[in-house]
Amino acid sequence: MQEVATSTLRRSWAIQRRVIGALLVREMLTRYGRHNLGFLWIFVEPMIFTLGVTTLWTLTGMGHGSNLPIVAFAITGYSSVLLWRNMPGRTIGGLAPNMPLMYHRNVRVMDVFLARLLLEVAGASMSFVTLSLLFTFLGLVKLPEDLLQVVFGWVLLIWFGTALATFLGALNERTEAVEKIWHPASYLLFPLSGAGFLVDALPKAWQDWILVLPMVHGVEIVREGYFGSAIHAHYSVAYLIGFNALLTLMGLANVRYVSKNLTLR
Amino acid sequence: MIEILNVSKRYPLRHGWTTVLDGVNLVIEPGEKIGILGHNGAGKSTLIRLISGIESPTTGCVKRHMSVSWPLAFAGGFQGRLTGLDNLKFICRVYGTTVADKIDYVQDFAELGKHFKEPVETYSSGMMTRLAFAISMVIEFDCFLIDEVVAVGDSRFQQKCHDELFIKRKDRAMIFVSHHDGYIKEHCRRACVLAQGRLEAYGDVDSALHRYHQ
Repeated sequence: MQEVATSTLRRSWAIQRRVIGALLVREMLTRYGRHNLGFLWIFVEPMIFTLGVTTLWTLTGMGHGSNLPIVAFAITGYSSVLLWRNMPGRTIGGLAPNMPLMYHRNVRVMDVFLARLLLEVAGASMSFVTLSLLFTFLGLVKLPEDLLQVVFGWVLLIWFGTALATFLGALNERTEAVEKIWHPASYLLFPLSGAGFLVDALPKAWQDWILVLPMVHGVEIVREGYFGSAIHAHYSVAYLIGFNALLTLMGLANVRYVSKNLTLR
Repeated sequence: MIEILNVSKRYPLRHGWTTVLDGVNLVIEPGEKIGILGHNGAGKSTLIRLISGIESPTTGCVKRHMSVSWPLAFAGGFQGRLTGLDNLKFICRVYGTTVADKIDYVQDFAELGKHFKEPVETYSSGMMTRLAFAISMVIEFDCFLIDEVVAVGDSRFQQKCHDELFIKRKDRAMIFVSHHDGYIKEHCRRACVLAQGRLEAYGDVDSALHRYHQ
């Protein structure tokens, strides 16, 4: 356990993987426990959300500006919302209950964030896959035309969610205004996020504006992969990647600042 | 060896900054037992947090050339909804050590019986401290941080703790932080006094105690 000048990258990675693993188990046991469904809640909970929204949209016959089946539309759209909206929810204020763990020097702020985010990503992804398979089996949805592109778009959305959550989670340690603002902001962003419409269905003048929001690009990529020729998608991979990279950088800088100024209250 | 080099620690308050430690220097050699005396609010716990690494100094640096424990019998890291066993497993995973060979030892030492597999939020404070102490003994460190006297359980349990810490691990360095004379007199060869943010080192415990009681 030499601490001075002996932390090679490979050793650090080994330690970090172990610590994140330990935190992951701890989070799972804490959040889901060993009662009733236990760990199944990881993806049952987001599935209930998506199913509920799917049902609502189907019953109200929500106009979404395309002739795609509404079920397929809801699954691709709402699953993506689970990523960018719920991930910051796990990191904002997520440090306080884990603060005493920092006495174990191997546990870092970023580890706490990553453990929580991994769990969130796993839940949202499992819910997305399970529902897709279920509705395909029921004949309500066709299999994706280009599975690889769906995965690509999904991964970019995960990256966006992780970067956003890291940035907001760390920033919230510096000013609690983040927590107050994120709630209304995420609520207001939902209808603008591309979950409930295709960019192509918007008036031309709005399209440029709505494409300022990075998650819209992600949803469009996923939908193009899913429905392919049936829709005309609008997105820029470069824009989304650039946005993600910048946000990641700002997030990591904030985590660094917070780690250095950690105060155990 | 642990080197504390010109360490200052300031905290922001609403009306400005407060300086808790002001240019503190200290070197702790392997195997050394050292006491740190200080009245309430002198900055003892702050110093412990800086040595343990959970907080960083405002200026100066702490160099650890040996492994340093978390504060002995510290129960703050326990997750209430997890069982005693889960919490033990967590610590073992974080420090990369095997769990299987520690379970019996901890269960037996902490005298928890079947409660070991119940959530720790159901424990009494005594049970909590016994578990915390037992888990502290599971990971081997070169230097133990002892924040205030470890006085838990009945005299028999205290004897067990004493044997475990001061007999089986008498080769380790230990840093005692306390406002009690007795404990430091019993275990330390030298001591420091923390007052007004400064750390005054004394070659023997008696001189330190004399200064402390002035």
